[in-house]
Amino acid sequence: MIELAVAIGFAAVGLGTIFCLIRLALGPDAVDRALALDTLVVNAVALIMLLGIAQATAIHFEAALLIAMLGFVGTIAFCKFMLRGDVIE
Amino acid sequence: MSGDLLPWLGQALVALLLLAGSFFLVVGSWGLLRLPTLLQRLHAPTKATTLGVGGILIASMVHFLLEDGRLSVHELLITLFLFLTAPVTAYMLAKAQLHRARLEGGLPPTGRPVGWATFDPAASDPDPDRGLRPDRGG
Repeated sequence: MIELAVAIGFAAVGLGTIFCLIRLALGPDAVDRALALDTLVVNAVALIMLLGIAQATAIHFEAALLIAMLGFVGTIAFCKFMLRGDVIE
Repeated sequence: MSGDLLPWLGQALVALLLLAGSFFLVVGSWGLLRLPTLLQRLHAPTKATTLGVGGILIASMVHFLLEDGRLSVHELLITLFLFLTAPVTAYMLAKAQLHRARLEGGLPPTGRPVGWATFDPAASDPDPDRGLRPDRGG
């Protein structure tokens, strides 16, 4: 039962990742692309957690936490750059 | 019978949480793709996707609690972090979008006598240009 749910989850999150990539390619504005990258990071965290459940290991948590933190800092840096023209003033 | 029922219920709970999380994740990403304007697009990933990834993380926590009998706090840490940072990210993206729309003159009317709160300082504001100058001098 869990295997089936994990397989469906992989398919759904993969589909979501494809949607994000399409928005990343289309995105009429830079803000759209920053938002697509942020959603891509969230999808990547979900994919890593699904991989952890599928392989029954707990070594992926640190990677997921690091990716989530890097995604947050990266999005804030993008927004700061778009707002002020500089990341650190 | 009861020794068999409890693991089955746990597995059903994990599968349900996984399916719900995947559903919200795909709905959020689909909303990001198909909603027409950016301020509308901002809704889908920052709410639905965060809820979806929270569901998957809690499913993973319950799964490892049932498998190994130990409570894993990593997932709770990631969930907490994502739930704390998603509003900040949404706020910053909305602010960047308002700033760019204002520079291009494409800011929609608010429908009220006052303008957008970010750009329409109160009359008693001692420094009405605060936050709008390109350089703050340090």
